[in-house]
Amino acid sequence: MTALPDPTSQPQRSWYKRNEIAVTPWLFLLPGMFFFAFYVIYPIFQSFWISFHEWDGLGEKVWVGTANYERLLGGDRKFETSFWNNLKWLFLYLLAIPAGLSIALLLNQKVRGIRLYKSLFFFPFVLSQVVVGLVFSWFYLPREGLLNAILAVVGAGPVNILGDPSTATYGIIAAGLWPQTAYCMILYLTGLNAVDPEQIEAARLDGAKGHRMLWHVVLPQLKPATFIAFVVTIIGALRSFDLISVMTNGGPFGSTRVLSFYMYEESLSEFGFRMGYGAAIAVVLFFIMLFFIVYFLWSMYQDERGGR
Amino acid sequence: MRSILKASVAALGFAALATGAVADGHGKKLSGDLRIISDMSNPAPRAVMEGLAKEFGEKHPDLNIDLEIVDREAWKTQIRNALTANAPDVVNWYAANRMGPYVNAGLFEDISDMYENGDLPGLDAVKGAMTLDGKQWGVPYTYYQWGMYYREDMFKELGLTEPTTFEEELANCQKIVDSGKKCYAIGTKFLWTAGGWFDYLNMRTNGFDFHMQLARGEVEWTDARVRETFANWRKIIDMGGYIDDHQSYSWQEALKFMTDGEAASYLIGNFAVAPMRDAGLSDDQIDFYQFPLIDASLPQGEDAPTDTFHIPANASNKDNARAFLQFVTSADVQTKINSGDALGQLPVNAASSVDADEFLEQGFAMLSGNAKGGVAQFFDRDFPAEMASVGMEGLQEFMVFPDNLDDILERLEDARQRIYK
Repeated sequence: MTALPDPTSQPQRSWYKRNEIAVTPWLFLLPGMFFFAFYVIYPIFQSFWISFHEWDGLGEKVWVGTANYERLLGGDRKFETSFWNNLKWLFLYLLAIPAGLSIALLLNQKVRGIRLYKSLFFFPFVLSQVVVGLVFSWFYLPREGLLNAILAVVGAGPVNILGDPSTATYGIIAAGLWPQTAYCMILYLTGLNAVDPEQIEAARLDGAKGHRMLWHVVLPQLKPATFIAFVVTIIGALRSFDLISVMTNGGPFGSTRVLSFYMYEESLSEFGFRMGYGAAIAVVLFFIMLFFIVYFLWSMYQDERGGR
Repeated sequence: MRSILKASVAALGFAALATGAVADGHGKKLSGDLRIISDMSNPAPRAVMEGLAKEFGEKHPDLNIDLEIVDREAWKTQIRNALTANAPDVVNWYAANRMGPYVNAGLFEDISDMYENGDLPGLDAVKGAMTLDGKQWGVPYTYYQWGMYYREDMFKELGLTEPTTFEEELANCQKIVDSGKKCYAIGTKFLWTAGGWFDYLNMRTNGFDFHMQLARGEVEWTDARVRETFANWRKIIDMGGYIDDHQSYSWQEALKFMTDGEAASYLIGNFAVAPMRDAGLSDDQIDFYQFPLIDASLPQGEDAPTDTFHIPANASNKDNARAFLQFVTSADVQTKINSGDALGQLPVNAASSVDADEFLEQGFAMLSGNAKGGVAQFFDRDFPAEMASVGMEGLQEFMVFPDNLDDILERLEDARQRIYK
């Protein structure tokens, strides 16, 4: 319905036309920002709010102040177990990075059929975590499991990895490392493609080889890949839920719980629906994650500045 | 027009004929909708539920029945959403304390009037399990006994007989252990199976009433009587009565020990009989006995979990729903759906007959004649949810590390003081 051009007055450009450059990016961002605010930011504050209440998810919320936090941080043994297990996950899961790097270095060569090997190594990452968990729990079975069959060949006694509270968490972490190593391997393989062959050549002329070559020439060029591998591994460790749920269901007697699983148990499981307490756990987990996220953002910011 | 008229005349005539025979309200013609969400998702229960809906539909041709069957485990958490948003007219759930959250939140319809005005004849015996705050909140449709299922052939081989006292039970177990087998199969990965053992040991050591006091939070977990229960339990653990690594198995996985002849008995509910038969055990090979006496002066209490139907308070077709509850609990329907080739459990209506199945007959005789102490639901249904989850975890730990008992009991006592306010 545009009017005919008016010959008498200067064509007045519309507000949008005048501000197009500044406004358009925001228009494109708007839907994303809206959904992020509604589905991520708002629930975070909702969780904070719920964590100050006692609530079964159905009836009225009862304000209890900081009682949930006092109970949680004042010697709740389930919380302590979960917290230490989270730390174990965080540290041991990082083993995926050196393991992924060594497999990537091994596979980074031009041999006939190398693509097939690469895809085979990448395969576990494609599997659902639930499948990985099931396969490993069969592997660990106390009587029929492959692990005990192998141990029997070397003469070691049968072990029940997932049934023993002192080994169960490590057993689950080992299962989690399988796909995570594959992920790190892929990150490093793409990173290795970007390594400058001239620098390798120059280093070789200077007599560098083996560890020195790796440490001083290759690894610095892989820094972006290492950073990403670090981020995804840390986040993966803190999100470790599905493996635990499938392999031990938090047991034996709660020894393999982590914070996310404890949160789920308290608030959403069959015997749960203590939403306030579950929300308090969520808040604590949120702050632990926030610590890492802030660190990542900060180091990314530093890199950006250094790059300019 | 003519055909409709003819049909309604015919229906009237049929109704007139039928009222004489069916005086309990089935004759009333229903129309409109009836939405049912059921958790009877295992193969046999599913067929029963579908049959119920079909038969009810045939009785009331104008009624539009919409049946949705959801996974039994998933339903335990989904029910909350189902009851609050767009509620159906009939849902499945469990009796006793497990109704608590929904009764307190006002999400189950109070149907006390149906019990009072005689709409539900024959349910007096099971009324108690449906009662909270002095009102009834639903109807049961099936229940089943717990007890000791054992390998008859293995008992014969070792010259053992069904024990009636705990000493005999332990003596039997010693002989089984000496023969290189295990006495009891159990899989505690999902914890609740350990709850069954505690229920029985505690009811036999201290009596049904004490057990219920404990469930209501009136007794301390560190009480000497509770310790006595655990001391009895420890006798079995110390003699190596249970299969190894039970914390790694589900109850179904542990069943293999019994079907393979590595374990002689299994304290479990009657639902385990079907998988035992499926695994190739004939009725000559399996049998059942009541959990033996520990303190002979105490009348026996039994576990008999009851599954139920309820009307959500937000349902839109409550009259149809009520008619359906009447239909499900009527004597004939109860006989039919609980028979050996259907659910294979016990009917809730006193006027129903129990199917000719050796386990159902024994279970029915035991519960109606030999459970004078009282009938409990089950550990995870009698205890409040949070206490049940903390408790069963402690029970599992005790079965693996009996030396941790003091620590476990203190933890449970802490939980008790916090949970019951």
